[in-house]
Amino acid sequence: MKTLFTVILTMLTSVILAQEPLVFDTTEQEARFIKLTTELRCTVCQNQNLADSDAPLAQDLRKEIHKMMLAGQNNDQITTFLVDRYGDFVLYRPAMKGNTLALWLIPGVLLGIGAITVFFTVRSRNRKLTAQRQEGSN
Amino acid sequence: MIGRLLPVIIFLALGVLLAFGLKIADHKTEIPSPLIGKQMPAFSLPVLGQEETMVSDQDLLGKPFLINVWASWCPTCRYEHPVITDLAESGIVRVIGLNYRDEAADAQQWLRRFGDPYDFSLADLSGRTGIDFGVYAAPESFLVDARGIVVFKQIGAMTPEIIEQEIIPRLQSGSKVQ
Repeated sequence: MKTLFTVILTMLTSVILAQEPLVFDTTEQEARFIKLTTELRCTVCQNQNLADSDAPLAQDLRKEIHKMMLAGQNNDQITTFLVDRYGDFVLYRPAMKGNTLALWLIPGVLLGIGAITVFFTVRSRNRKLTAQRQEGSN
Repeated sequence: MIGRLLPVIIFLALGVLLAFGLKIADHKTEIPSPLIGKQMPAFSLPVLGQEETMVSDQDLLGKPFLINVWASWCPTCRYEHPVITDLAESGIVRVIGLNYRDEAADAQQWLRRFGDPYDFSLADLSGRTGIDFGVYAAPESFLVDARGIVVFKQIGAMTPEIIEQEIIPRLQSGSKVQ
């Protein structure tokens, strides 16, 4: 049991060590880095974010973002840097504008259609029940 | 009446949605490049095999060219290599390599083994210029016009069909503009 535990622990450490260590000036900066990279999509393995991905390009991009952060760039500047090169696709939360409007509005529209459907169904059922009850009492 | 038709309408709408999904399924992982219609990114890179020679984006202007992103570790690059070779030999367009995230020795060995169709290859060993070009999956090819505007990007292997349908028409319309 103890051996198994050691083996698993060793494997986990090697995974962590495989990622290049990035050194930050402050813990706030590190927190900002982690938050930002989880909101950015890895373009190579597209269902992973930049923070999680082990793809070489993701490592390069993390290094680049790290460098920009140490140079004092803010999140908007870093995001713009990536969008200029890879497009809105890198953003898990793309800005609301012409071509992303549908993306933002469709969920709301669908919810609205659902609400209206429920409203009318409930109302007509209510009326039917009331009518039945009245017939019963007559 | 509408109540009876509703399931049919939903079925048809779903059908259209799924058909559309199937149609784009092959290209779903392709990211449209924001670079199209814009000036290519600035760079200054050594030439593979002649590390003391530096080439910048400005040096390439004056004639349209194709930048083909390749690497010795990239199997699809090997697959598309004959197509790139044919294109370069045809003389339709100048073909320049961008050796991406590679080792110089591996890259040169690869060219010796499979042939070197390129005018020259730029050595982007760190991949930094690749990032500026929005490269995310080699091979990729960028068609750039004489003024340095990126007019077309191919993600994945180059094929004779793409040369016929995308590259040649753009070169012809480009020559009228000049």
